Amino acid sequence: MSDCIRLEYDVDGDNFSSAGHASESVKRTLKQMGVSAASVRRVAIAMYEGEINMVIHAHGGKAIAEIYPERIDITLQDSGPGIADIDLAMKAGYSTASENIRSLGFGAGMGLPNMKKYSDEMKIDSTVGVGTTVYLKIGF
Amino acid sequence: MAVTLKTVVLDSDRCIGCITCMRRCPTEAIRIENGKAKIQYDKCINCGVCVRSCKGGAKRPVYDSFDLVASYKYKIALPSPSLFGQFNNLDDPNYVIEGLLALGFDEVFEVGLAAELVTDCTKKLMADGGLVRPVISSACPAVAELILLKFHELADHLLPVYAPAKVAAKLAKRQALEKGIPADDIGIFFISPCPAKVYSLHREEVSNEKNISGVLAQSDIYFRLVDKMNKIEKPRKLGKCGYSGIGWGSSGGESNSLGLGNYIHCSGSRNVLELLKEMSDGKLDGTDFVEMNMCSGGCVGGVLNVENAFIARNRMRQLADKMKIPPATMEQYGLDEKFFIWDKAPELSTAFQLDPDRFKAMQKLLKVQEYLKKLPGIDCGACGAPSCRCHAEDIAMNGGTLDCVRLEERK
Repeated sequence: MSDCIRLEYDVDGDNFSSAGHASESVKRTLKQMGVSAASVRRVAIAMYEGEINMVIHAHGGKAIAEIYPERIDITLQDSGPGIADIDLAMKAGYSTASENIRSLGFGAGMGLPNMKKYSDEMKIDSTVGVGTTVYLKIGF
Repeated sequence: MAVTLKTVVLDSDRCIGCITCMRRCPTEAIRIENGKAKIQYDKCINCGVCVRSCKGGAKRPVYDSFDLVASYKYKIALPSPSLFGQFNNLDDPNYVIEGLLALGFDEVFEVGLAAELVTDCTKKLMADGGLVRPVISSACPAVAELILLKFHELADHLLPVYAPAKVAAKLAKRQALEKGIPADDIGIFFISPCPAKVYSLHREEVSNEKNISGVLAQSDIYFRLVDKMNKIEKPRKLGKCGYSGIGWGSSGGESNSLGLGNYIHCSGSRNVLELLKEMSDGKLDGTDFVEMNMCSGGCVGGVLNVENAFIARNRMRQLADKMKIPPATMEQYGLDEKFFIWDKAPELSTAFQLDPDRFKAMQKLLKVQEYLKKLPGIDCGACGAPSCRCHAEDIAMNGGTLDCVRLEERK
């Protein structure tokens, strides 16, 4: 038997309300494992922000969660436009989201900063024109 | 806390084993076993959705008998705001109060009045800024139970203040003692619109011999009460509850009374579940107050009401317009916040954990994944579980083999 629970989701790029499905299912699993409420909250917010980012910027992508007894590794993979300046993108309040997106209440420039805030480790691999992969590690 | 108390029981002879209640149960707490709907009480939040949905009347809510009232010398009735919406052509709430007195109660303490005091206390606590926001109303016991069961990450958002029925009982008891009535003579009875309040008040008050002696059902006293009300020619002005307190019987009443701008109120089990999910993802950050009622329309939608929830809401709104009394304040009653604040935080339930040991729980979850690959994912309910996922979890927890009609067909 493998030593981690692997959950994989396609995040639909055309549908805002589909963002959150991966986070929802991961939450159910963590709760059934008895992971603490504080950790569930960190995972939920980080993962939801990641899903929303993929919807807003990259027409969707893949969310993969690998759950171990003491931590979760989350991979958010897209084939979107890529991030030109990662340091700038990490700044709170910086966003390249369109006016349309902002009018929906998204694109406040808090996505990546929040993902960093709620995770123990975060790594971004991005190539302009190819896509972005964000890796998150959150301990319980 | 061992769950020995039940608020909904099954009349086996009437249950035909259809899957209606199982499908609608918001906590997936019902299974069909040997052709009968079985409630897993450790996952039940007593919301009454199964009672409402049962076509054959097989789901029976449990409450105290009206006969219990007679065993006390000094009887106090605690009518909830929703009771006032149950009567056709009622233009004065005092008819209900006089009716309850005519039924044999010595005193009536309106829960709506206690609700106004809860509002005053909540306003002060909100202004102090010490509460985790968004603050979630704890007035609907089914919502509170749901959070303690499935949304532990939101438990610290619950408003740490007793529900109006408990405040009413505490205050009524204090006043009766002050009048010199011996404690053993005092019997305080809440008249409930829903099984969730029957359960929570039984567990916290009646079982612990606190202020409430028993919980009656609105539907059970309705006809006795109407009979008495019809004989009243002109009621005295006895009611102290105003427009604000009676508003608590409808969804939105509690939050409206707080005078906040940034709040949400939502009712109905599906809507509540969806909103809790959004909250848990952090999407309601910035909101001050969230009022949720498990029953559609608020307490008037509880299964122990007689009238349709929306008809009752209309009546209560018209009645409220006539109730000019301004909201009661803590000062008027010589109370401070301490009177209202929980003596201890409620316990979280671990009923949804697959195993107390995290490694063992993971092993079971891996099995669940393995089973889910085999199951068709159509959630037909024929196996007796509300979804393929639930069936996979049941087998992973309790052993046995997958029991699926679609798998059989494929063979």
